[in-house]
Amino acid sequence: MVFEYAPAPESRAVVDIRASYGLFVNGEFTEGHGEPFKSVNPADESVLADIARADESDVDRAVRAARTAFDKVWGPMPGRERAKYLYRIARLVQERSRELAVLESIDNGKPIRESRDVDVPLVAAWFFYYAGWADKLGHAGFGPDPKPVGVAGQVIPWNFPLLMLAWKIAPALACGNTVVLKPAETTPLTALLFADICRQAELPPGVVNIVTGAGETGRALVAHEGIDKVAFTGSTEVGRQIARTLAGTGRKLTLELGGKAANIVYEDAALDQAVEGIVNGIFFNQGHVCCAGSRLLVQESVAGEVLERLKARMATLRVGDPLDKNTDIGAINSAAQLARIEELSQAGEREGADRWSPPCELPSQGFWFAPTIFTGVAQSHRIAREEIFGPVLSVLTFRTPDEAVTKANNTPYGLSAGIWTEKGSRILWTAQRLRAGVVWANTFNKFDPASPFGGYKESGFGREGGRHGLEAYLNA
Amino acid sequence: MPDRLAVRKTYKLFIGGAFPRSESGRSYVVTDAKGRFAANASQASRKDARDAVVAARKAFPGWSGRTAYNRGQILYRVAEMLEGRRDQFVDELRQAGASKNAAGAEVDAAVDRWVWYAGWADKLSAVAGAANPVSGPFFNFSTPEPTGVVAVVAPDSPLLGLVSVVAPAIVSGNTVVVVASEPAPLPSITLAEVLATSDLPGGVVNVLTGRRAEIAPWLATHMDVNAIDLAGVPDDQVRDLEEKAAENLKRVLRPQDTEWTDEPGTTRMTAFLETKTVWHPVGI
Repeated sequence: MVFEYAPAPESRAVVDIRASYGLFVNGEFTEGHGEPFKSVNPADESVLADIARADESDVDRAVRAARTAFDKVWGPMPGRERAKYLYRIARLVQERSRELAVLESIDNGKPIRESRDVDVPLVAAWFFYYAGWADKLGHAGFGPDPKPVGVAGQVIPWNFPLLMLAWKIAPALACGNTVVLKPAETTPLTALLFADICRQAELPPGVVNIVTGAGETGRALVAHEGIDKVAFTGSTEVGRQIARTLAGTGRKLTLELGGKAANIVYEDAALDQAVEGIVNGIFFNQGHVCCAGSRLLVQESVAGEVLERLKARMATLRVGDPLDKNTDIGAINSAAQLARIEELSQAGEREGADRWSPPCELPSQGFWFAPTIFTGVAQSHRIAREEIFGPVLSVLTFRTPDEAVTKANNTPYGLSAGIWTEKGSRILWTAQRLRAGVVWANTFNKFDPASPFGGYKESGFGREGGRHGLEAYLNA
Repeated sequence: MPDRLAVRKTYKLFIGGAFPRSESGRSYVVTDAKGRFAANASQASRKDARDAVVAARKAFPGWSGRTAYNRGQILYRVAEMLEGRRDQFVDELRQAGASKNAAGAEVDAAVDRWVWYAGWADKLSAVAGAANPVSGPFFNFSTPEPTGVVAVVAPDSPLLGLVSVVAPAIVSGNTVVVVASEPAPLPSITLAEVLATSDLPGGVVNVLTGRRAEIAPWLATHMDVNAIDLAGVPDDQVRDLEEKAAENLKRVLRPQDTEWTDEPGTTRMTAFLETKTVWHPVGI
């Protein structure tokens, strides 16, 4: 007997989306001087709101506000007082958690199950964690009296809009910096709701400034001479451009960029758990995850069995309305991203890999892509080398642990990796050899404010989370 | 006329544990403080720089895979050998213009600096790593690991400055390609002779002498170099090298106003470390 799922939509009544949004500068919503743009619901392509576009003069205004707030208020404020503002923010995030989760799912397309159970709880946790550091910085190992850097310019991506905001703003403020943050152009709404949370917390004006816009706005921000530190999360290509922009300026820079993580399944792994880990690794957040386990490396002796179980599991994934509480895979964030996923998937077929998706009905409106695996993938294929940033898994096989490690490391990226085996010594042996900043053993895609996150090689530099995450925002 | 004519040393490069001349066949004249001929130093080429990177990459798995205790032992052995060559370093520093006392003090400081870094090998993880209290049933730990191949443009402080940039890079398991001081390269080759007789595996430290402005850009653009230390780069060349280093997102340590006699702190070591965080579930 098969039980069908009835729709279980989360109510949209908790959110109130305004027709238009300005820039949040010096504690006020203000007009932008660029041509406003629209934020679209990727699940049905409906326009959600008009968003102000910050031009150079707007960015300049925001940087000046941040500088004044740094010099006059936030920099001189005792750490214990800064801490209490951050604790307030954490509590307000918890109080408004359902509103934030629903708005995130509407603007981004991610399933409400994830925004409600992963993104927003982690946002609150991030502010709680760094709040506690604000008055303990002398104990963090960066000297007895480390100083803030000044004004931080922060540019974040669209895959975890509010969570990336928290990763950037919480440690910056805890260390005594002020910030100008640019959310991604397709997902500005939760950052603007966060601005309202800052007002409810009575955070002094200018400590947090939010400028919305596209690439031009981001370029103006990172190149602004009034910025002391740039933090960027996004593509490796843009990261390279920012590194060039900052060359010779002496400004601090941290970059959290792309990845092409190997998820290694040894023959002695607990296969059902491994299959859950593979699914979580690549289909969590539609695969819009820089640390996604996008290359499955499975030991040849169990490859057939793993694939069989993986396909059976994939057939149960529910793709559709992000606000439906049963949904596993939501909408692709934008038409542009969907086009990139389709282009790379076609390249996978053209280069000779075998494509498979479960039978899966996709909505007619909006941006959708069925969960997909490619088998028979060679290391030279584009789908094994390039970040797809979508629900597409490339499957490769190996015979020996040495071969697994060699293949896993055969990439210019080095953000994350997974290991599945029941043998402890093999986990540690493998983890030691993987050139990646985060290694999940018998688990995947776990995040915590106490746990440093960041990449090797072309996945960027610097760490976010934990004591390590303070370094970027302190002049030791 | 002296009774006996001195046997002079030929100053060559140090690549992969061997002492080759530059493949280009070039050399340049090194003079003493009074402008008199001191030696012909090898003038390394792009090809030499690339060979040095290959040697450093080849040495990386072995050196980084050794126990920290073993790296500490070898670095301490380097300090012993440095001490044994004290007179030779003093002569070379005096030739470069230091007074007898100043030269002696610099060699002493260089040996002591090396001993200081040697002791860090098996303590760095305790200071830079952590067990992280995550909110869930997981054991989560972070350990520092070497970044990989590091290009080091050494400062003009010919021995103490050189030691102060090489030791912190290799103590954690990185391998290095060093561009020696251009006006005073001779102590760098004598240091290479020390390294070659200290059980340090070939390729862990490679030394190039020659024109900094010629060699450094090849290292900054090299796609198999993971990080670059710009300690000895003149201000007007920093921007260009940083732009070049961005191509493969090298970690860049910018030149700082460093007094090499000051206590160094840990920043030159942590600049070339990656933090790896490993998660594992806790359960029965």
